[in-house]
Amino acid sequence: MTGIIGAVLQVVLVAAGAPLLVGLMRQVRARAEGRAGAGILQPWRDLRKLLRKEPITPHGTGPLFRMAPLLLAGTTLVVAAMIPLVTTRSPLDGAADLFAVTALLALGTVALALAGLDTGTAFGGMGASREMVVLALVEPTILLSTFAMSVRVGSTNLGAIVTSVLDDPQQVVFPASLLALVALVVVVIAEAGRIPVDNPSTHLELTMIHEAMVLEYAGPDLALVEWASAMRLTVLLGLLAGLFAPWGIAVDSPAMLPVGAAAIAAKVAVAGAALAAAEVFMAKLRMFRVPELLAGSFVLALFAVASSFFLVAP
Amino acid sequence: MTSVAFPAALGLTLLAAVAGLVLPRGPRRVTAGVLTAGGGAAAVVAGAAAMRGGDWSARLPGLLPLAGARLALDPLGGLFLAVTGAVAVCAALYGIGYTRHGGLDGRVPQTMVPVFLAAMTLVPAAASVSTFLLAWELMALASLLLVVAEHRSRDEVRAAGLWYAVMTHLGLVVILGGLAGFAAAAHSESFEGLRAAADGLPAAGRGAVFLAVFAGFASKAGIAPLHVWLPRAHPEAPSHVSALMSAAMVNLGVYGIVRVGFDLLGGGAAWWWLLVLAAGGASALYGILQAAVAGDLKRLLAYSTCENMGLVLVGVGASGLFAVSGARALSALALTAALLHIVNHAGFKTLLFLAAGSVLHGTGTRDLDALGGLRTTMPATTALFGVGALMASALPLGNGFVSEWLLLQSLIHALPSGGTLTAVTMPPAVAVVALSAGLAIATFVKAFGVGFLARPRSSAAERAREAPAPMLAGMAVAALCCVLLAISPGAVLPALARSVAVAAPGPDAVTGPVTLHLTGLAGTMSPLLIAAFLLVAVVGLLALLRVAATRRTARRRARLWDCGAGPMSARMEYTATSFAEPLQRVFDDVLAPETDLDVTPLKESAYLVNSVTYRTRVGDRIEHRLYRPVLTAAARAGEAARGLANGSVHRYVGYGFYTFTGLLIALAVIR
Repeated sequence: MTGIIGAVLQVVLVAAGAPLLVGLMRQVRARAEGRAGAGILQPWRDLRKLLRKEPITPHGTGPLFRMAPLLLAGTTLVVAAMIPLVTTRSPLDGAADLFAVTALLALGTVALALAGLDTGTAFGGMGASREMVVLALVEPTILLSTFAMSVRVGSTNLGAIVTSVLDDPQQVVFPASLLALVALVVVVIAEAGRIPVDNPSTHLELTMIHEAMVLEYAGPDLALVEWASAMRLTVLLGLLAGLFAPWGIAVDSPAMLPVGAAAIAAKVAVAGAALAAAEVFMAKLRMFRVPELLAGSFVLALFAVASSFFLVAP
Repeated sequence: MTSVAFPAALGLTLLAAVAGLVLPRGPRRVTAGVLTAGGGAAAVVAGAAAMRGGDWSARLPGLLPLAGARLALDPLGGLFLAVTGAVAVCAALYGIGYTRHGGLDGRVPQTMVPVFLAAMTLVPAAASVSTFLLAWELMALASLLLVVAEHRSRDEVRAAGLWYAVMTHLGLVVILGGLAGFAAAAHSESFEGLRAAADGLPAAGRGAVFLAVFAGFASKAGIAPLHVWLPRAHPEAPSHVSALMSAAMVNLGVYGIVRVGFDLLGGGAAWWWLLVLAAGGASALYGILQAAVAGDLKRLLAYSTCENMGLVLVGVGASGLFAVSGARALSALALTAALLHIVNHAGFKTLLFLAAGSVLHGTGTRDLDALGGLRTTMPATTALFGVGALMASALPLGNGFVSEWLLLQSLIHALPSGGTLTAVTMPPAVAVVALSAGLAIATFVKAFGVGFLARPRSSAAERAREAPAPMLAGMAVAALCCVLLAISPGAVLPALARSVAVAAPGPDAVTGPVTLHLTGLAGTMSPLLIAAFLLVAVVGLLALLRVAATRRTARRRARLWDCGAGPMSARMEYTATSFAEPLQRVFDDVLAPETDLDVTPLKESAYLVNSVTYRTRVGDRIEHRLYRPVLTAAARAGEAARGLANGSVHRYVGYGFYTFTGLLIALAVIR
């Protein structure tokens, strides 16, 4: 029962909290740049505005273009229900492990890339092409970091990894965990399309990745895409928090669920604020410097696996 | 069951061959096609029965001189037989529609498809060296005749046929050498005799046998660097033959490695399997990189075959390595992943090659840069190719995902127990599988997104027409198999476990009908539940959108964002080349693309450009670096040898005289 309530709570929390997280990050950035900012609730107001507009189909686009936002949001919601955010006992935990979770997120990305290609504009194709490069290069890092974290547990299932960290908290400061954490942070930045890989607030064709793919969306479709992107960021940060700082997460009793919810909200908010604050001091990388960054994270992940074997094994 | 179905499969295919040979042009195509499909179905039944434990063997002493033919089916052979049969059913149905045009309804192509199928059913059923080699060569010859079926219409076909003929026969020579040496040392040529004698052979001898057969079988499976024939021959063959070759024939290379390495030689040393693993990893990466930048749809699919066979060999190599180190359960898991990937790959590659054939049939081109917009003119083919692309890109809801998940699980669980060797090999292996999975996603997004979506990039694509019913039926059967494998792999895993047990004995590695559980290891995943949850989420979102989107007007059609510069032409779209350009740039050092940029200035000033020509080509670098020098040296030696033969009879008589005398002198000195 804890599991079912927890899973529902996770989905609701992610769905409702994701725009707030984006609002918080924009607010942090605005304050750091000396602006007043639009307030944390602004993304929700934007979504409400977009939902009230009329639905529009650009000329020459097909059914896949209309399906893509649904798939993007759908995969993210499924992931939100599966991963250990509020509770480790999600009934969906056994259906997917960390590999499957990353693959599900990739499925959403692929749907959006195909939609970008479907418009037949140069922008759509460019965004899709760049997004696919990032996706392809991120994959080895994700899987190797997963590998590093699963070695001590003997399983890639997220519930098992989190429970093992709860049982033995000093694992977090092992070299394997720290290296995997750094590698995964780079991955999260790349997957969520943040600076220095992509700039979420740009509309300049030379630098766009995500924005180029979704350029043709308008009205409720755009609302769905924006909401889904915010949820992806939330889910990815939540995943990091769950894997490397799982304290407060509900394991057994339903009474722990509110605590777990509050804990994850706080952790994601802190992580998001830190990310936003760091972004203020960074410039976006040139597109062809991004592979170097991802290669660096890959090397860290490789070190993580090596150290998980050579530094821990008796 | 097997004893009826297997002869029935052979009988039906031979009947189809006879029908292709003697019937007049009118009924030939349909009769041969239906009979071949029947033969394929019988092969599926025979293979399934063999996998369920109905072992069968036959000895036909009169059929071949000296040794006689020996046939036997065990669960391992049954698996490959069933896969071959299933591919043949789809390809034969499809062929009925596809061979209507282009001279493909002639006697040779119509006869050779069933003969090719018969040979492919015989290879996994052969139980002696001579029978095996004979079936192997028959398979090579039949497929060679099919590859060159369209040699009159395109020059490239001839070159492809030549490459294929030479490579497959070099492969045959090393397999023949290896197996003949093995049989001579074992004093028996039946597989039973070889199996019994293998333990008594010296380790070096067994290693040499394995090395020889591995080279030959890897070349058939399209493993780099012996793959060069594959990306030439598979695209140039008629599309239903491409499907048969790429989804069924290459599997038999893996069959050979598993049969000889695990079963006949009984395992072996760790270096064998490290070699297999390394070759598989290299092939997976090289294949998918070439596929990612390929501009020809069928060439892309052919390189993707190299990649997938590479992944299979990663599984096979890992399985052998674990078996040597004594980890039985892991060994069984890795082999299960490899064999399941063979089944899955056969499913989606059949579908993709057949759909590519439909595109070729409907538009006359396979150049991705000239395609696009097919979703309005060829909706069924587009949907079917979309299904195939999803299956091939190792994403959830696809069948490739299940087998790659199992493969990754087997690789990562090796670490705690395995010792230094696995600690050094497994992380790179995981990275290779991961990178090839990521690049496969990019590749198939390109193939589907550029080839089928957006707007037509040429008049050929604009005038595309949908494929006829038999072709769609062939593709639909393949798509159905893929979907079943994707959401319910638990249905085939128990049967697969018996095939695995032939090579890696032990309990079933993966259990569970809905959620896959790994025996002895912690790890669960459920493709069916993931699909169900995703469906629920999407339906829920649709309902939510209905409620939340307050303005319920019909969708308005609007102009695309064209920067206010008027409607965009199809030339402004991204092409396959431009889509792959960033990847090509990232992997510049591996791919070494050749780029030509010619800028012609106006006569009046060097600063005013009159015209610019830009040409870029990504060749096969292995072919360029490894094969070209050998071919050039051979050609040069041939040129030089010409000087020896100037047409003068006196000179030839002189050669004979001096050789003979030289021989006599040599003999006198030695004796």
